[in-house]
Amino acid sequence: MDGASMDRVRDVTLWVNGERVSRRVAVRTHLVDFLRVELELTGSHLGCEQGVCGACTVRVDGVAVRGCLMLAVQADGARVETIEGLSDSGAIADLQAAFHARNALQCGYCTPGMLVSAAELLAANPAPTRDEIRAHISGNYCRCTGYHAIVDAIETTAAARRGEGGAA
Amino acid sequence: MSADETGLTFLDRPNSYIGRSVPRPNARRLLQGRGIYVDDLKLPRMAHVAFLRSPYPHARIRGIDTAAAKAAPGVFAVVTGAEMARVCTPWVGVLGHFKGLKSAPQYPLAIDRACWAGEAICAVVAASRAEAEDAVALLAADLEELPAAVEMERALDPDETVIHPDLGDNLAFERLLDVGEVDAAFRDAAVVVEETFQVGRHTGVCLEPRAILADWDAGEEKLTVHHSFQAPHMMQDILCKHLGLPEASVRVVCKDVGGSFGIKVHIYPDEMATVALSLMLKRPVKFVADRLESFTSDIHARDHRVKGRMAFAADGTILAAEIDDLTGIGPYSVYPRTSAVEANQVVNLVGGPYRHRNYRARARVVFQNKTPMCQYRAVGHPIAVMVTEGLVDLGAARLDIDPVEIRRRNVIPDDAHPSTAASGIRFEQLSHQAALARLVEMMDYPALRAEQAALRARGIHRGIGLATFVEITNPSAAFYGVGGARISSQDGCTLRLNPQGGVVAAIGVTEQGQGTEAIVAQVVATAVGVPMEQVRVVTGDTDATPYGGGTWASRGAGIGGEAAWQAGKALRQNVLVVAGAILQADPASLDLRGGRVVDAATGTERMPLAELGRIAYFRPDTLPPGLQPEFVVTRHYVPKDYPFAFTNGVQAAWVEVDPDTGFVRLLRHWCVEDCGTVLNPQLVDEQIRGGIVQGIGAALFEECRYDRTGQFLNATMADYLVPMAAEMPDIAVAHVVSPTLSSEIGAKGAGEAGTAGAPAAVINAINDALRPLGARVTSQPASPEVILRALGRV
Repeated sequence: MDGASMDRVRDVTLWVNGERVSRRVAVRTHLVDFLRVELELTGSHLGCEQGVCGACTVRVDGVAVRGCLMLAVQADGARVETIEGLSDSGAIADLQAAFHARNALQCGYCTPGMLVSAAELLAANPAPTRDEIRAHISGNYCRCTGYHAIVDAIETTAAARRGEGGAA
Repeated sequence: MSADETGLTFLDRPNSYIGRSVPRPNARRLLQGRGIYVDDLKLPRMAHVAFLRSPYPHARIRGIDTAAAKAAPGVFAVVTGAEMARVCTPWVGVLGHFKGLKSAPQYPLAIDRACWAGEAICAVVAASRAEAEDAVALLAADLEELPAAVEMERALDPDETVIHPDLGDNLAFERLLDVGEVDAAFRDAAVVVEETFQVGRHTGVCLEPRAILADWDAGEEKLTVHHSFQAPHMMQDILCKHLGLPEASVRVVCKDVGGSFGIKVHIYPDEMATVALSLMLKRPVKFVADRLESFTSDIHARDHRVKGRMAFAADGTILAAEIDDLTGIGPYSVYPRTSAVEANQVVNLVGGPYRHRNYRARARVVFQNKTPMCQYRAVGHPIAVMVTEGLVDLGAARLDIDPVEIRRRNVIPDDAHPSTAASGIRFEQLSHQAALARLVEMMDYPALRAEQAALRARGIHRGIGLATFVEITNPSAAFYGVGGARISSQDGCTLRLNPQGGVVAAIGVTEQGQGTEAIVAQVVATAVGVPMEQVRVVTGDTDATPYGGGTWASRGAGIGGEAAWQAGKALRQNVLVVAGAILQADPASLDLRGGRVVDAATGTERMPLAELGRIAYFRPDTLPPGLQPEFVVTRHYVPKDYPFAFTNGVQAAWVEVDPDTGFVRLLRHWCVEDCGTVLNPQLVDEQIRGGIVQGIGAALFEECRYDRTGQFLNATMADYLVPMAAEMPDIAVAHVVSPTLSSEIGAKGAGEAGTAGAPAAVINAINDALRPLGARVTSQPASPEVILRALGRV
């Protein structure tokens, strides 16, 4: 918690990865600092803290959001899912396996946010074209891969979910 | 590659993992958000530092009133440059083999003078980063803005501000080279082409910013530094030197690193300050750059203006080349690798793929009041390739020779190696002809030309751009060591066989996502003869791994891989000696395959490795007297036959230019490259693809834009454009394989080939598209504005 703002704090209760969490937070703390520092959920990353790079993408009430553009107090009462919860529940296990098989990650820093964005696309569009995949993840910056392998992995996962084989 | 003592090459070894696209074992935890990057670490009593940074490109520091900051909530300390200089000594970024290179002493925090906008001048340590930043805002710095030297073109003018008066002028380094009969060649040429090329200043934009967590334990007198970095042993050595600590007291740990690309291999003042603060405060201190700090204090790269000329005979033969390179490096040559290397590489690499023997070059490296510039992925290569390939295309157009054909006529033939380029760089074995042939086939070049012509008739302007290149990999001590830099060119690998048959491999090369740990595991598993799942790889810890250079200059696979191979062979031999004693068999008649001791001739299992481990570790009393199992081995490797293992390749881009908007659409991109033995095809291909996109960023989007006063105008990720998925093309990659004979595994590097060639391919493609419109671009990034200006439309 940010001590300088002790006089500007608020109590919040939210559900993070299915667990009820109550904390007193400085009102200026954004959601990802809260998740990372308070809850030690370090899988969500900070890259720019201005909503451009996508490294902090998490799911709030079922919607992929930029965790750096949302204050922790705004998440009061919300259901937040992070990469840790999505991994442990197995909800995106096929996508993760496809990323692994296709080496659709290198340093891994963008990967949690990229997976949340990709999962959102696949939930809305079971048969995205490569261009649609590229458009949907175009808010997630990856410096390592050049994106080609990521597009392949998402495309493979979509095909597998449609029962068209080739799943990793 | 050579046969080992069993008569087999690694390709013949049963269950070889080499050459297979094995997924990276360490990637799974990253996919689950279980990576451990520096900012994920939390230590007891940990404090956070934030820095006051100069808002001016050049300013005298008259004084800093720290009283209000010191009284702010949560603040533990406020430290100025003078106070810090008592703990950490300054450094100067020069090397002996760059004759005449000069620079000024640089301190962790500027003391009297700030020399770029973004240089740290005061540190605040507090309980949280937020509180540290709050207190930084309360620092009252009395700064006198000084005249700044900003434009590199003006840096040497007599009336320009001299940034470091003690140095006399703003010229940091100059290199001249004159080979053959350049003037005669130009005089006798059928065609001479000439162009001035600009390569803009850009930067690495690692998604994980620079980060360091220093923990000085005053009781143990032990400094542990967790660092997002590529070269832990280099950092250890430098910390010892500048903080006055013995080597045994300093441990540097580099675990998960969120991208580096050469950004995280240099000494940064704010990182040295963070370590010094930990010593001063006797507690852990963490620094994580925010994005603004990353843009203004990570090293920048490129920023070259190159005037180039090339002479051709009537048949298209290149007769000579001449360049004049000017580059601005900011106010300091960066420590310890120096900022002279990029210009030096440009001189070495221009004309590298071609047969001509006449070459003249001048490179000048100048100081300016901008963020310091230093080595970033593919150091010098993109500049040299853009200049060379741009001039070749100009010559081809003047002589009405197809761009493929003119390259075919001029590349050093595949059967002419070993060879030496006009600049003096030596090639063991390259494959330009084979690579070019493969590229033409892969992209169906004739069909693409036909499509281009048909579309031109309909007013659609598409272009094909080619770029042939050579890439420096596997550097020997010739790179830094000979100049006095304490940067290891050798690497070691230590293997330990455990009782159950598991192998722990500790190695000096490091992992930043390239797949270092995966290829080490592949090589070790193959060499020893165990399943890959039985191999655990340890990297990035000066207390735990053999001494090594880390990962940079495309050295991880070629140098680390060979050390791992040699260690694996030695461990297998040691295991077979013990197996022979237990089985009363000649060790030469045995082999280790898939974690089992087998009869070498028949493959019949003689004993599981776990049983051998049980006997060796728990019942050594049953072994013959005098037989001591040695199940820990270490082997080292450093290339000695050549200063560098040059690779080669060729790229092609297929783009569409909209002459009304200046927008470039990337349609396809191809690369054929030759990194010798391919240890893991998928990892190599993804290195190439990622590198290409990084090069495309430079070609089209990325630029650190400064105004005339030296202020950085676009230091946010919203304003500094990077390649995103929607604009990037699919990329086809293929290989020619010419293993280096300098090592048994024969692997050269592949990390920089993509970035080396992509900008030239894209720029040449744009110019191919623009040719019917009479326009030409010669600068990177080729933004819509640049293209519209070339077309005379704005």
